[in-house]
Amino acid sequence: MHFEYNIEGGDFSKAGFASSQLKKVLKQLITDHKVVKRTVVALYEAEVNVVAHAYLGVVIIDIDTDKIKIQINDKGPGIEDISRAMEEGFSTASEKVREMGFGAGMGLSNIKNNSDDFKITSEVGVGTKLEIIAYLKTI
Amino acid sequence: MEQKVFHHALKIQKDRCMGCSHCMNICPTGAIRVRNGNAELFENRCIDCGECFRVCPANAIIIEQDDFNKIFQYKHRIALLPAVLIGQFPEDIKTSQIYNVLIGLGFTDVYEAEHGVDILKDSMKEYVDRNKGIKPLISSFCPAVVRLIQVKFPALVDNIISLHPPLDIAALYYKQKLISEGLDESDIAIFYITPCASKIAAIKSPVGEDKSHIDGVINMDFIYNKVYTSVKRSDYIPGQKFKAERLSPEGTVWSLTNGEADMMEGRCLAIDGVHNVMDFLEKIENEEIKDVDFLELRACDESCAGGVLTAQNRFLTVERLRKRAAYIKENYSDYKKKDILNHSEYLNQKITLGKIKPRSMMKLDENMAEAMKKMRRVKEILKCLPDVDCGACGAPNCQALAEDIVQERAVINHCIFIQRIFEKKGIIDWEESHQIMQDIWGDEKLNRKC
Repeated sequence: MHFEYNIEGGDFSKAGFASSQLKKVLKQLITDHKVVKRTVVALYEAEVNVVAHAYLGVVIIDIDTDKIKIQINDKGPGIEDISRAMEEGFSTASEKVREMGFGAGMGLSNIKNNSDDFKITSEVGVGTKLEIIAYLKTI
Repeated sequence: MEQKVFHHALKIQKDRCMGCSHCMNICPTGAIRVRNGNAELFENRCIDCGECFRVCPANAIIIEQDDFNKIFQYKHRIALLPAVLIGQFPEDIKTSQIYNVLIGLGFTDVYEAEHGVDILKDSMKEYVDRNKGIKPLISSFCPAVVRLIQVKFPALVDNIISLHPPLDIAALYYKQKLISEGLDESDIAIFYITPCASKIAAIKSPVGEDKSHIDGVINMDFIYNKVYTSVKRSDYIPGQKFKAERLSPEGTVWSLTNGEADMMEGRCLAIDGVHNVMDFLEKIENEEIKDVDFLELRACDESCAGGVLTAQNRFLTVERLRKRAAYIKENYSDYKKKDILNHSEYLNQKITLGKIKPRSMMKLDENMAEAMKKMRRVKEILKCLPDVDCGACGAPNCQALAEDIVQERAVINHCIFIQRIFEKKGIIDWEESHQIMQDIWGDEKLNRKC
């Protein structure tokens, strides 16, 4: 099953829309509620990242019986040093963003911790592409 | 295995139900449909919050209680009452007066459920300390919230504090006390005077244990009427017939909003009202809200003061209880030495609840491939439905109708918009449409003289 959602940079009030939609869908499909929670948490973090840093983004979700694949592609500043950005606590978020309770520097590592497969590619000045996969136990 | 059938205190009386769908539209878990002119309940989705009971204009939804005469089957009959019962009455009706009416009705003992708080509050603090890794920990106080989490937020069941609520502890204590005084256990029965339906469900079909320590349930509105009748007819004889222990100030306000949150340490929040609770749980589940240590969640607005079986205005109940707590705090200290505290070792051994299991009712199918097929069909069906959520099909919204269709509980021409489209295309005629509506809403509504 295929779903797509757009994310608008800077619109914090709407951050979390895609993850809420995904949650509704997964709750109807999947018995293992721990997988549902992990995946939704990962997407929520990724959504907030796009809102905080990029101009716009798109979430592409493909659900199959053996895995959930989520791609989050954004147009934005990109990430200069990915390995540093992956470190817990590292953040480039502005003061304004931090005041809203975001930008603690846990985002990317949290996404990774909540997914089975995690790929990130980025081009400075162009944007960032994230791919998260959650594998489902087939019975 | 997930248990499939649950005791529900809420019952729809078909002969009174006029199929108005108020209940269907308010139900927070989408557990109600209209068929044959009557509301029908999906038992596995109902959390006994009682929102339907509140809105029913025909008094067709009742909350099933035990027959009052059941109390006389036992030699020792204890009325276990929540503090909000006292809060039902204006201050000129004294606590002792209310107790005496209960004794006059036939109870041998009267005990307030929130005495259990004096045991629970320390255990709860310890529990939170021991489980610092789980955030937030959610109180097990409100049975409707526990059921809501099981049904709609299964990923959060492990966040529920697995300790018995105060009323269970109070019941356990009182039984033990009477047994230690030499009474035979089979002669003792504890009857809880309930402010809501969910407490009944919790007693008749407990979560996390096999059997409740409470033997019967009496609805609070019944007792309310008895007390008022007695006071108004002045057949009340002054003088204290029953000497009860004094509730602690914390116990007095425990069942009100912030009653627990104010007592706990760390970042604590109190949320009341079932829709507010659901909104918050959504955010907790996404981890949009982190670093909350303790959550007090209550299904009713103003918590138990707003219970569906209360008769008094909830804000006046809160006012009286807050005043009562302040008065006790200022004038007494005997509550610090009450007998329940002598049994804390025994009670603490029994305070832990068994595992609370998720019982998600949202899955379209147990098999994921099958569930995906069904979801695709739901999406297809939704493209045809009008997105009006009018409820004329007997389901609360278009999404619910689409899901009912794939689960073979409804057909697409239940939708009045589809009926018009099908009529225009010549697939069905007006008579068939009329029959469909009659099957949903009953003969009477579709055959009125106009």
